[in-house]
Amino acid sequence: MHRSRLQEDSLDATDRALLNLLQAGLAPSKNLFQPLAVATGLDEAEVISRIERLRGIGAITRFGPFIDAAALGGAYCLCAMAVPEDRFEEVASKVNAHDAVAHNYERQHRFNMWFVLACETPAAITTEADRIARQTGLKVHRFPKLREFFIGFQVAL
Amino acid sequence: MTIDAKDRRILTATQAGLPLAPRPFAVVGEWIGMDEAEVIARIERMMGDGVIRRIGAATNHYALGMLANGMSVWDVEDARAEDLGEQIGALDFVTHCYLRPRALPDWPYNLFAMIHGPDRVAVETRRAEIAAILGAACRENDILYSTRILKKTGMRLAKEGRPCSG
Repeated sequence: MHRSRLQEDSLDATDRALLNLLQAGLAPSKNLFQPLAVATGLDEAEVISRIERLRGIGAITRFGPFIDAAALGGAYCLCAMAVPEDRFEEVASKVNAHDAVAHNYERQHRFNMWFVLACETPAAITTEADRIARQTGLKVHRFPKLREFFIGFQVAL
Repeated sequence: MTIDAKDRRILTATQAGLPLAPRPFAVVGEWIGMDEAEVIARIERMMGDGVIRRIGAATNHYALGMLANGMSVWDVEDARAEDLGEQIGALDFVTHCYLRPRALPDWPYNLFAMIHGPDRVAVETRRAEIAAILGAACRENDILYSTRILKKTGMRLAKEGRPCSG
């Protein structure tokens, strides 16, 4: 995972425009990239090669459909663990090995590992969290959402 | 909402990413033995049902210069949490805002608001704006800066419909 900032000159105004459009989302159609070509004034082949490059340099981590576990009858759960520093890498590997772990972040706090479980059933959340607790010997604190006020996946670039 | 085996094949084939080709759904159709029109029609239906939230890109905020990412957390009076959560969620610099259970005694916070910014100074300014809105209804607060992305794959569906074997 790229952690460092890209070079200042690595994204031009067109790249930023493309990223904003891609974050907002595309309507499914045969020529999926055609509307991006119209919006940016590029031809379709250039749109595609720019997206390839953005993915190559790590500006885009994934391009495709985003699934909503809740709409499938499943659930998400934010979880936190207080991992001893000398065990951090080992525990990260164990946690990340689970397909149910959709994201995992290191954060500065006594609770230093925060991950999201995404499962197709609510029961699987409990099973997965219990399994991680057993495998690591650490308590898995669970913070399921009670209420969502806003989900903005878009950061203006 | 339920999906059938064909829907699942589309989702599992594309969850790591769509092909970057002029006709991406034709390529997906070739992968899974389905024609392009059916792939598109099924994706449209799943978007209508909310199973697919969007077709788009996940960006790496770090790489794009949003170097500071803080999960701000607040212990807000229960009676006012819903109302104040709405106000915080409406702020344009807050990308996610949730009410979650406390984990006492370790964790007194019930309102979570994610703040991104080019640096920590910018994030702290925004955090102060939130504090001003919450006022006396908030007893304690903290912010947890991310120092590393350990994993970012998004949700993964099991190919055969087994829920989350890990």
